[in-house]
Amino acid sequence: MRYFLPWAFLALLAAVPILLPDPYTLSVLASAGIFIIGAISLNLLLGYTGQLSLGHAAFFGLGAYASALTTLGFDIGIGFGQRITLAPQPVWFGFLAGIVVPALFGWLLGRLAFRVRGAYFVIITICFAQVLRLLTLNWVELTQGPMALSGIPALSLWWPGLDAPIALFRKDQIYWLVLAVAAVAFLLVRQVVRSRIGRALVALRENETLARSVGIRVTHYLVIATVISAGIAGAAGSLFAHSVRIVDPDVFLFIYTVTMVIMVVTGGKGTLWGPVVGGLLFGPLPDLLRGSAPPEAQWIAYGVAMILIVMFLPRGIVPAVASLWPRRAAAKPAAVAVEAEG
Amino acid sequence: MMDQALQHLVNGTVLGGTYALLGIGLTLIFGVMRVVNFTHGELYAFGAYMVYALVSLLGLNFYLSLVLATLLGVALGALVELVLLRPLRHADIDSVMLVMIGAALVLQNTEMWVWGGVAKMVPTPFVGTPLVVGPVSVLPLRLFVFAVAVALLVGFWLLLDRTRIGTAMRATFQDPQTASLMGVRVGLVHTMTFALGSGLAAAAGALLGPVFVVSPTMGDLVGLKAFAIVILGGLGNLPGAAIGGFALGYVEEFGAGYLSTEYRDAFGFLLIILVLAIRPQGLVAARERIG
Repeated sequence: MRYFLPWAFLALLAAVPILLPDPYTLSVLASAGIFIIGAISLNLLLGYTGQLSLGHAAFFGLGAYASALTTLGFDIGIGFGQRITLAPQPVWFGFLAGIVVPALFGWLLGRLAFRVRGAYFVIITICFAQVLRLLTLNWVELTQGPMALSGIPALSLWWPGLDAPIALFRKDQIYWLVLAVAAVAFLLVRQVVRSRIGRALVALRENETLARSVGIRVTHYLVIATVISAGIAGAAGSLFAHSVRIVDPDVFLFIYTVTMVIMVVTGGKGTLWGPVVGGLLFGPLPDLLRGSAPPEAQWIAYGVAMILIVMFLPRGIVPAVASLWPRRAAAKPAAVAVEAEG
Repeated sequence: MMDQALQHLVNGTVLGGTYALLGIGLTLIFGVMRVVNFTHGELYAFGAYMVYALVSLLGLNFYLSLVLATLLGVALGALVELVLLRPLRHADIDSVMLVMIGAALVLQNTEMWVWGGVAKMVPTPFVGTPLVVGPVSVLPLRLFVFAVAVALLVGFWLLLDRTRIGTAMRATFQDPQTASLMGVRVGLVHTMTFALGSGLAAAAGALLGPVFVVSPTMGDLVGLKAFAIVILGGLGNLPGAAIGGFALGYVEEFGAGYLSTEYRDAFGFLLIILVLAIRPQGLVAARERIG
């Protein structure tokens, strides 16, 4: 039963465009899905390593920009009369760039930031996103600055044997693609968490000194987690760039990080399903409130929700619901512990 | 060339005074309460808006408005501490950070809602023509802001050094348990610390609001800069925060003058990343736990 439930859930989500073929609903769900992918990647850091990384929008934005610039091409001067020129590349190549570039930055940030912990780590990650925002805002030759990169090509699918890639313009196609990427991200994080890496991460989250003393290479594993997390967040950013088809420096705003943090914390950090549950709750909220309330109301609601969750349900919804199931807890204590703790 | 450097030095000093004010409030709150205060920038914006409201809407005297705006900041800080931080006193540092982020979101967007997105100007009694001394020129308003900032810094130091509540704060800073055993009411010290730190942020906002313009997102960048200042000096290090404030003022001024005006705001963040990478305990602090 427990084994089939996730697949049934996936099938239900996949059937949404058939049951509810409304383009608006589908685009709301697709944009929620993109943020759920971001939240899934953040959860690997926030939930499983216990490091409160508040610069996650940086990886999301890097993915969006890397992917958009690869598909649009660019021609920039790098001083000394030299220029770097890139002709426009196909979208699938941009998508790969949108994963690889943030992953590289994740490696760099991890090497740098994991020298410190706690408040220092939090601040260094926030600064990282800010520097990138100011860079994209001011490096007009590459990024168009505040004028934004527009005319980004639509997502497309291609596989061997196909003559030309199929461009995905329809909302249901975009929805399915986002769902597929989300499912892959979920499975990837699950594999990581259940591997040697995941056990090392949880060990150092629970007691870093002890983990170190039994020979776990703490920084090594933290950097691996950051690279994976950054790559997944970059994939989400790439999807965002090619479905919205315009990217401006605001993708690096702290508020996007906060959106992902709220999803993870509300759903339950350090649980596989937490970001999905939190994301389904908060993802569609901006669009639902759009007609009836000013945009400030949405952020105020986010802020109040964050405060209430931390104060009254600190472990999030998923662990709370899991603990309501005493029968299962009694029958399979080990399984429940694994689910709650990671 | 020399004249230009001198002008940057003066501008950096004037800017550094208010940055020091911001940094000291934030570092005091971290030192005494172990709270990473994300609402600091919003309190700064609150101070600026209160001056705007009192001067432009109620027509009060400019100087009186500065004092009232600071006091309102103190009151708001006390409220935040009593409602949000007191129930979480034994929670871990990450949970408190999340709550403070939530509070900052609520404060900032309430400001946006109440005042709208258009930036406001605050009229001041100062003339707009700069004072010129030799090669250096400075606006009278900026000079006044600097003088008040320095006066507040000195007053704050006296408060910590000479009064009973200041002694209680320093004791709690060093060792909350022992302080509590010696009869210090730690809860009261926490409320006063947070109110005072918030008051300093509101004062900085009230002073700088008339210099620049008042807008709902002004707190964002300033909140982050306050972190930059505090990191430069080492979290929880009071003299370090003052030095960090001036250091950031100079880095921004000279960076904008000699390297690039567009990246003015980025220099501070690059500096933090550099400092944390090379000397994680801060420039000033000798030794400190950073784990």
